Amino acid sequence: MLAVALLVFREVLEAALIVGVVGAATRGVSGRGRWLSFGLVAGLAGALLVAWGAGAIADAFEGSGQEIFNAAVLLAAVLMIGWHVVWMSVHGRDLAQRMRAVGHAVHTGTRPLYLLAVVVALAVLREGSEVALFLYGMAAGGAHGIATGLLLGLASGTILGLVLYAGLVRIPMKRFFALTNGLLILLASGLAASAARYLAQANLLSTGGGALWDTSWLLSDGSLLGQTLHVLVGYQARPTAMMLAFYVVTAVALAVSAHHVARRAARASTA
Amino acid sequence: MPRTIRYAFLLCTLLAGSAMAGDLPTYELNIQNHRFTPEKIVIPAGRKVLLVVHNRDATPEEFESNDFNREKVILGGQKARIYVGPLDAGRYRFFGEFHADSAQGVLIVEE
Repeated sequence: MLAVALLVFREVLEAALIVGVVGAATRGVSGRGRWLSFGLVAGLAGALLVAWGAGAIADAFEGSGQEIFNAAVLLAAVLMIGWHVVWMSVHGRDLAQRMRAVGHAVHTGTRPLYLLAVVVALAVLREGSEVALFLYGMAAGGAHGIATGLLLGLASGTILGLVLYAGLVRIPMKRFFALTNGLLILLASGLAASAARYLAQANLLSTGGGALWDTSWLLSDGSLLGQTLHVLVGYQARPTAMMLAFYVVTAVALAVSAHHVARRAARASTA
Repeated sequence: MPRTIRYAFLLCTLLAGSAMAGDLPTYELNIQNHRFTPEKIVIPAGRKVLLVVHNRDATPEEFESNDFNREKVILGGQKARIYVGPLDAGRYRFFGEFHADSAQGVLIVEE
C-alpha cells in the first residue's frame, strides 16, 4: 500500500505543481474553473488512452516512440506556455488593474484559458499514464491496498499543489502577473530541457558531452525538494550541455519576445 | 522563410549527426521477478553506451536513474533500448520505479 501511495504521490505531485502554477496564473479570469477542469478531465482521458496504447507508442519509430512522444508532449506544453506568457505580457497589467477596480473576476476572452487548459491536460496525461501502467501492473501482480494507496498518493500530491497555489495567490496583485509569468518561463524552460533529455535517451540528439556539473551532493533529483524544484524551475543535479542549451534558449526566447511584444503594445496604445 | 527552414534543417542534421555513432558498446540487462540481472554493470568512462533492458516479467516496469538521468517504461515481455552517457568515472544507481524496493542496480563507470 505504501509503495503504491509513494509512487502515485510522486507522479501526482509533478502534475499538481504544474496545475497549481497554471491555476494561479489565471487568477481573476472568469471561467477559468471550467477550462481548467476541462483540461484535467481531458488529461485523465488522454492518460488512459496513452497507457492503453503504450505498446504501440513504444514500438513506433524503431523503438524510440516513447521518447519522441514524451518530447513532443513536453515541447507542445512549452509552446502553449510561451504563447500564454507573451499574451500576458501585453494584457497582464490591464487585467490586474481591472480586477482591482471591480474586485472580482473579469472577462478576457478564452485565449489565456484554453492555452493553459492544454498545458494542464498535457501534464496530467504524462504523469497519469505512468500511474495507470503502474497500477495495472500492481493489480496484475495481486498487490493489496491499491485503492487506499492510490487515494493516499492522490490526496497528498494534490495537497502540495494546493499549498503552492495558496502561496502564489498571496502575492500582491500589482506584481502578480509579472511573477507568475517569470515562473511560467522557468517552468517551460525546464520542460524543454527534459525534452532534450528524452531525445538524447533515444540517441536522436547529442548530449553535448557528459554532465556539466554535479550538485547531487547538495540536492538530489530524487528528493522531494529536488523533484519540486525540477518541476517549478527545471532543477537538474547533473545537466548536460544540450539540456542547458534547451533551457537557456527557451528562457531567453520567451523573456525577449514577451518584453518585445509588451513594448510594442505600449507604444501602440500611447500613439 | 525557406532560408529559415534550410538553417533549421542544417542545425537538425548537425545535432543528430553528432549523435550518430555506429557501433556503440552494448550491454544487456534483464528484469526478472522485479530484480535486475545482473545488478551491476561496468561500462567505460567518457563513452556513450547502449543499454538493452529486457523485461522478463509480465507486468510493466519503469527503468529509471536520477544519477544518469534516464527514464523509460518497459511493458511486460518487452525490451527497451536506452542510450546512456557519456559519463565520468563513478557509481551510478538505477532502479525499477514500479518496484523500487527490489529492483535496484548500479552502473560502474571506469576509466
